[in-house]
Amino acid sequence: MSGAPAAALPHWVDLALLPLLNLLLALAITAGLMLLTGNDPVVALTALAMGSLGSADAVGYTLYYATDMAFAGLAVAVAFQGGLFNIGAEGQAVLAGIGVALAALHGEALPAALLLPLAVLAGAACGAAYAAVPGWLQARRGSHIVITTIMFNFLAASLLVYLVVNVLIAPGSMSPETRRFAAAADLPSLSALGFPSSAPVNLALPLALLAAGAVWLLVWRTPWGYALRVAGESAEVARYAGIDQARMTVLVMALSGALASGVAVNELLGAQHRLLLGFTGGYGFTGIAVALMGRNHPAGVLLAALLFGALTQGGAELAFEAPDVPTEIVVLIQGLVILLTGALGNMLRPALLRALRRRGG
Amino acid sequence: MEVLDAALPVLAATLRLATPLLLAALAGLVSERAGIVDVGLEGKMLVGAFAAAAVAAVTGQAVPGLLAGIGAACLLGLVHAYASIALNGSQVVSGMAINIIASGLTATLALIWFRQGGQTPPLPPGARFLSVVLPGTEALAGVPVLGRVYATLLGGQTALAYLAFALVPVSAYVLGRTRFGLRLRACGEHPAAADTAGVSVARLRCAAVLIASVLCGIAGASIATAQGAGFQRDMVSGRGFIALAAMILGGWRPWPTLLACLGFGLLDAAAIRLQGVAVPGIGQFPVQALQALPYGLTVVLLAGFVGRTVPPRASGVPYVKER
Repeated sequence: MSGAPAAALPHWVDLALLPLLNLLLALAITAGLMLLTGNDPVVALTALAMGSLGSADAVGYTLYYATDMAFAGLAVAVAFQGGLFNIGAEGQAVLAGIGVALAALHGEALPAALLLPLAVLAGAACGAAYAAVPGWLQARRGSHIVITTIMFNFLAASLLVYLVVNVLIAPGSMSPETRRFAAAADLPSLSALGFPSSAPVNLALPLALLAAGAVWLLVWRTPWGYALRVAGESAEVARYAGIDQARMTVLVMALSGALASGVAVNELLGAQHRLLLGFTGGYGFTGIAVALMGRNHPAGVLLAALLFGALTQGGAELAFEAPDVPTEIVVLIQGLVILLTGALGNMLRPALLRALRRRGG
Repeated sequence: MEVLDAALPVLAATLRLATPLLLAALAGLVSERAGIVDVGLEGKMLVGAFAAAAVAAVTGQAVPGLLAGIGAACLLGLVHAYASIALNGSQVVSGMAINIIASGLTATLALIWFRQGGQTPPLPPGARFLSVVLPGTEALAGVPVLGRVYATLLGGQTALAYLAFALVPVSAYVLGRTRFGLRLRACGEHPAAADTAGVSVARLRCAAVLIASVLCGIAGASIATAQGAGFQRDMVSGRGFIALAAMILGGWRPWPTLLACLGFGLLDAAAIRLQGVAVPGIGQFPVQALQALPYGLTVVLLAGFVGRTVPPRASGVPYVKER
């Protein structure tokens, strides 16, 4: 995505050191802000760490949030690999949620073994379709995917409000949400693995791991994945190689949208068990940070998802441990990571290059 | 008379709601005509709104608040300029980062400084931009239709609204008729040609980003200290993106952009008016449809199904000088 050609850095610097430095820089800026406003950054950062990893319950919540981040991050990363910036993961997750909910509400008579796959597939289909449209519009009509996906986020949000408030709301309910899905549509929790039953981590977590593995196989180990990366690297080379770029754009977006649907599966089938407003919680945008931090690679995305899941959970615990530091500081850290790893990617590069050269590396 | 009774409040609300949209849309327009895509309008408006409300609350005056709002938006603008001009980074990623940083930063600072659940204290009338009573309102009060139109539509707006509407001809003139405007547009269409002609692309793009930031700061101040009476969490609520839509619908030109902003303002005013109104056959009026219309229209227009808009050719492309 950056305009200047990347200077050649050793692999480990590019993949591990740079993201780590950028994360430390983001944390340092946040700590500086806390100092300026008269708060103790050490107390706050300790609270963040303890709140996210300090107990089995906390780890359960961290992994639950990390599941959302992993799906959203994979969605953005796959699109990035194909040379597309999908800002619409949020809206695609919303549409997927509508699909999941419609399947879960209408298929109540089915047994869990049928209902769960049906709901997951319905969500994936809706997410994929909703992402394919901006892809098609870019490929065939030349409208820029960034703008279209931004607009599609708002369209999805309006549709969700309309459907939940006016159509799907549980009769007699005061809050805008549907009735509870049938118990057959509950994704099993992972309490069998020793997590306390209060923690919402559920079967969507292994699904996310599977999805990451599948993405790796598909993108790095198949001819189609190779074509995808070629198209992402250079449109000219792709044209010369005879890759149908319009088709590729639509398919990459559909894959991206299907991955984003995992957020809806984790939230609605795994934790909330009903369709409600705002269930996507901005994870579609956090997915951008996750993908950038994870260098658009499934393994990196999983690590970054864990980090951002921990930040989210730790942020929620801040209210108890360091009441003077608001939860919203986590949003600030996310934004800073996007800025540093995404837009300011060329900032530390020259200095690192010089430092390595001096050492004769 | 009855028509007037129904229409005047809606039209006055249209102008009021269009003001921040117009300021932000002009901001996006100036920036993109110079070749820098700005999806960070939303974030810059948000810090502008927060800084304006915070300083207005502390000083008890509106103008220092406005200046603070402009300053805060410019700080974020400098970050955007550094990322996208100095480092040739991705302008869209930088803009999105700015939106998320603004959301986190304003909520954090509001909670730490004011301890009111993420709001600033409600502003007293003296610390806000109030509606201006135009001279001669009293003299015209007796005149049938004109008197009321003059009092509530032409008059009765805030100083920031008049500023916003005055900026339409100003920006049309500066962009279309001055040397600065020509050079700025050249940087957005064909930066290499501008460079060859001896124009510093980096400096002009930087100037455009800062002008856009000033406008976003004013837009934010108008939301928090003219329309509203204080800052609330994420109070810009998507208006930065509606402004982007208005700019696209207006084809990156000031006058059509004004029309688009007025249209979106009218939609917003109508949505507020129709909230909870029963429609025969449908039941409650689906207000969400009106709110979604600007986004849908933008998608349709960009796809070229109705008309065609062409963005500045080099917008979003970092300019790397040949060496």
